Amino acid sequence: MTELTRLTAAALAAALRAGEVSSVEATRAHLDRMAEVDGAYHAFLRDNAADALAAAAVVDAARMRGEDLSPLAGVPIAVKDNIVTRGLETTAGSRILAGWIPPYDATLVTKLRAAGMPILGKTNLDEFAMGSSTEHSAYGPTRNPWDVTRIPGGSGGGSAAAVASLQAPLAVGSDTGGSIRQPAAVTGTVGVKPTYGGVSRYGLIALASSLDQIGPVARNVEDAAILHEVIGGHDPRDSTSLPDAVAPFADAARHGDVRGMRVGVVLELGGEGYQDGVRASFEAALDLLRDAGAEVVEVSCPSFDFALAAYYLILPAEASSNLARFDGMRYGLRVEPKDGPVTAERVMAATRGAGFGDEVKRRIILGTHALSAGYYDAYYGSAQKVRTLIQRDFTAAFAAADVLVSPTAPTTAFRFGEKIDDPLAMYLNDVATIPANLAGIPGMSLPSGVSGDGLPVGFQILAPAHEDIRLYRVGGVLERALEARWGGPLLDVHGVNGAAE
Amino acid sequence: MSTHIVDYDEAVDRWDPVLGLEVHVELGTRTKMFDGAPASFGAEPNTQTTPVSLGLPGALPVVNRTAVESAIRIGLALNCEIAESCRFARKNYFYPDVPKNFQISQYDEPIAHDGHLDIELADGTVFRVEIERAHMEEDAGKNTHVGGETGRIHGADHSLVDYNRAGVPLVEIVTRPITGAGERAPEVARVYVQTLRDIFRTLGVSEARMERGNVRADVNVSIRPEPGAPLGTRSETKNVNSLRSIEQAVRFEISRQAAVLESGGTVIQETRHWHEDSGTTSQGRVKSDAEDYRYFPEPDLMPIVPDRAWIEVLRAGLPELPAVRRRRLQREWGWSDVEMRDVANAGALSLVHGTVELGAAPAAARKWWMGELSRVANAGGVELEDLPVSVAQVAQLAALVESGDLTDNLARQVLDGVLAGEGDPQQVVEARGLKVVSDDTALLRAVDEAIAANPDVAAKIRGGRVQAIGSLVGGVMKATRGQADAARVRELISQRLGI
Repeated sequence: MTELTRLTAAALAAALRAGEVSSVEATRAHLDRMAEVDGAYHAFLRDNAADALAAAAVVDAARMRGEDLSPLAGVPIAVKDNIVTRGLETTAGSRILAGWIPPYDATLVTKLRAAGMPILGKTNLDEFAMGSSTEHSAYGPTRNPWDVTRIPGGSGGGSAAAVASLQAPLAVGSDTGGSIRQPAAVTGTVGVKPTYGGVSRYGLIALASSLDQIGPVARNVEDAAILHEVIGGHDPRDSTSLPDAVAPFADAARHGDVRGMRVGVVLELGGEGYQDGVRASFEAALDLLRDAGAEVVEVSCPSFDFALAAYYLILPAEASSNLARFDGMRYGLRVEPKDGPVTAERVMAATRGAGFGDEVKRRIILGTHALSAGYYDAYYGSAQKVRTLIQRDFTAAFAAADVLVSPTAPTTAFRFGEKIDDPLAMYLNDVATIPANLAGIPGMSLPSGVSGDGLPVGFQILAPAHEDIRLYRVGGVLERALEARWGGPLLDVHGVNGAAE
Repeated sequence: MSTHIVDYDEAVDRWDPVLGLEVHVELGTRTKMFDGAPASFGAEPNTQTTPVSLGLPGALPVVNRTAVESAIRIGLALNCEIAESCRFARKNYFYPDVPKNFQISQYDEPIAHDGHLDIELADGTVFRVEIERAHMEEDAGKNTHVGGETGRIHGADHSLVDYNRAGVPLVEIVTRPITGAGERAPEVARVYVQTLRDIFRTLGVSEARMERGNVRADVNVSIRPEPGAPLGTRSETKNVNSLRSIEQAVRFEISRQAAVLESGGTVIQETRHWHEDSGTTSQGRVKSDAEDYRYFPEPDLMPIVPDRAWIEVLRAGLPELPAVRRRRLQREWGWSDVEMRDVANAGALSLVHGTVELGAAPAAARKWWMGELSRVANAGGVELEDLPVSVAQVAQLAALVESGDLTDNLARQVLDGVLAGEGDPQQVVEARGLKVVSDDTALLRAVDEAIAANPDVAAKIRGGRVQAIGSLVGGVMKATRGQADAARVRELISQRLGI
C-alpha cells in the first residue's frame, strides 16, 4: 500500500485508468498513511474518510461501466480548511468557526467532486490564512516533514506537509501573499498561484479579496498542471473570475521548451537578506536554464521595496471588513459577556474577543485604522498607488523578459518560535512572493535543491497575467534538468519519507 | 415630555426652511441585488435566502443586471448624468440585520448624478428639485424586537432577525439642499416624493407601495434666519413612510427647530424618530464625527461600465413620464386646469386613467374616484389607492350605470358591497339583488297596486293634477326597494291612468 502513496498524481491516474488499482484502494492507502504519520506532522485538521471512500467507490463503479472520466478521476486530494465543504466542518484554523458545518460547497469543491476526486480531509493553516508558519492556527502548528522542529511554511503549511509526507498526492491551497508558494519552498514541493481570477474564489473564506487566489499543491510540476486544468476556468458566482478558457498546462509541463526564452532575474528579490544556501541553489538552477537554451537577463523593479508596506495596509484593510461577519449572531462560536447586559453589541465583542487569535486581532486593528476617516488617503490610498507602481514595474520587466525568477523565500524553514514574537521578521519571509499578489500575476515555486542546512530551497517563476502556461513550460524544463542531476525527485533522493534507496 | 413648538405660520414667517430628501425605493426585481435568492415580499422568515444573502463565509456577490438597468432608467427619468464607470463600496458597521456587517452600497461613484425633477404644486406652480445622485445598494434584514412595549429595541427581551429582505436591491435618490420653498416646504416634500413614486410605477421598476416600505424617505430639515444665510444645522427624520407623514414631519421639524432657536438653544445634528400617531418626532442617535463607516471600494465586484449604446436604448425606451402624461390626458379628456389639478392633488390621476383605459368615460371615472371613494378614503384616513377597490371594479361599476342596469343610487350601494369585500360589482348586484327592475310586467303589477291603494290620488291625477303623480312614483319605488327606474315608473303610471 505504501507504494501507492509514492506515486505521482499522473502515475496514479494512469494506474487507475489501466485498472491496475481502484480508487478505493488508492484512497484507503492515503487514509492509512494519514493514520500512520499525521500524529507526527498534524497536516490535517480532520479527515473525511467515509465520504472519501464513498466517492472513490462511485468513481470505481463509473469506470467499470466504461464512463468517460476526468483525467484525475479517482485520485484523492486534500483541501485547505479555509475552503468550504458541504457537510464537513470548516474552520479556517480559527476557534470562532469551531463546529461550523457549511451548507454549501465552494465552486472548487464542486469541481473536485465532479472530477471524481475523493476529498481526504481538511488541512491546517494559520488562522484565516494569516501567517507564514501555521503557528497561528488555533488548533496547533503543522510540523515540517523534513525536520519536525521546523515550520512547514504558511499559511498553507498543512497542504504542503500533507503532500510532502505522502498523505495526499495533491492538495489545494490559497495564496494571498505567498501562502501556496512559501510552504512549497520550505517543504520541497510545487505550489502554483494562478493569475488572479484564474480559479474561482466562491467558497474560499476571504482573507483579502483583491489578493486571494486558490491554486494547486503537488509533488511535481506536471501534477500541478493537471490539477490546474481541473480547477481553473470561469465561474459566474465569482465576479472577479476570468473569462479565459483553461490553457493546456499539462502538455506545457511535459513538453515545454525554453530555448530562446528570456528569463529575468529580479535584482530586488535576492542579494542581501537572502541566506547563502538559498542564493547558491538559485544560481545553480539558473545555470541549468541557461544550459537548456534560455537567455538570462537582469531586470529591476524598484517599487518592490514598498511592496511589503503596501501589502500590510491593503491586506489588513480588506481583512478587517471580510472578518466582520464573524460575530456570533448566525453561525460559529457565540460567547455571552460574563456580566452585564446581553446586548447584540456585547455578544459580538465577547465572541470576537474569545474567538480570534492575536495575529487576527492585530491585523483587524491595523486594517480598521487604515480605513478610518482622516487616515484613508495616507494609508489605504497610498498603498493602492504603490500597487499601481508595482504593476508598472512588472509591465516593464515583462517587456524585457518572458518570465521572471527569484528565490521563493529568503531562507529555508525556520524553527518554531523563532519569529512568532517578531511580526516584522515573520512578514519579511514573504517579501519575494507578495509582489505577484499585488499585481495579480501568476507564480510558481518548485524545489531547486537543498541548502547547506539540509533543507529544501524554493525557486520562484513569475509570468504575466493570463500567461500561467509559461510557468509550466519553464518549471517543467527546470524540474527535468534538476531531477536528472539529482537522480530522482528531491523528496525521494533526500529520504524525507524513509525510503532513500 | 412633550416638545415645545412654535406655531407653524409664525415659524415660517421668521425662518427660512431648507430641505434635503433621501428616498429609498426597493426595486421589484425577481432576485436580489447580488444574489439569486428571490426578492419577494411576505414569505415565511428566512426562507428567501442563500449563502450570499446570509453572508456565509466564502460567499461572493454578483451584480443583478436588471437592478442596474432599473437604476439607470430611474437616473434617466430624473434627468441625471449616467456615470461612465462606477463602483460599489463597502459601508462597514456592525448590526445584526446586516449579515456581513457591511452593506454593499455606492459611495463616491454613484451610477447617476446631477439631475433634477420638476414637480407641480397644488396651485399649479412648477418647482424644480435638484438631484445630487442616485445610487444602488442592498437592503438590510428586518429586526423584530420582542417583549418591549413599543416594539423598539429598548425594553425588549430578545430580537428576531428575518434576512428575507437582506440584499433586496434599493436605489437611493438624494436631493441637493432644497431652498426657496418657504412656507410651502412641507408641500414640496410631499409632492416630490409623490412624483417620484409615480415615476417608479410608470417605469415599472417598483410597485412603490409606501405602506409596505417599498418607498422610504429620510427627511432632512434645517432652518436659517433668511434666504441666503448659511445653512443651519439639520435634523434627519428617518423612515417616514407615507406622503401625509412626510408633509407633517417637515412641518413639525420647522416648528420644533424654531422653538429651539428662539429659546436660545442650538439645533443638534441628530437622527430623529417619526411618530405617526402623534405627528411628532423624537430624538434618535446623535450624529458625530465618530460615526465612521470606513468606506472602501468593494473588492469582490468589478467596476460597472455601462455601455453608452445600451444607455441610449434605455433612454429611448423610457415610457411617457407622469408630467407629460398629465398634459396629454388633460388635452384628450378636455378638462380644465382646475379639474385636472383637483384629480392630481387627490392622488387620483393614475386611478382615473386606469379606469378610463378600461372603458369608463373620463367624467364617470372622475365622479366615482373624486366623489364617493374620496369620501370613504378621507373618512378612513387612508390614501385613495389603498382602498380595497380596483380600477377594474370601478370601471365595471361605471359600465353598469352606463348601460342602465344600475342607477347612481344603486351603484353607491353596490360600491359599499365592493368595499366590504363582497366581490366585483356584478357579484354584489347578484348577491344583493340590486338590479334595476326593468321588467315592465313586474313594474306594472307594482303600478297597479299603487293605483289601487290610492284611488283618491289616481282620481286627482285623472282630474288634471299631474304633479300628484310623484307620490305614486314614490310608492312604487318604495315597493321595489329603489330598484326601478323612476322615469319608467312615471311613464307607466301615466299610461295606466290614460293621461
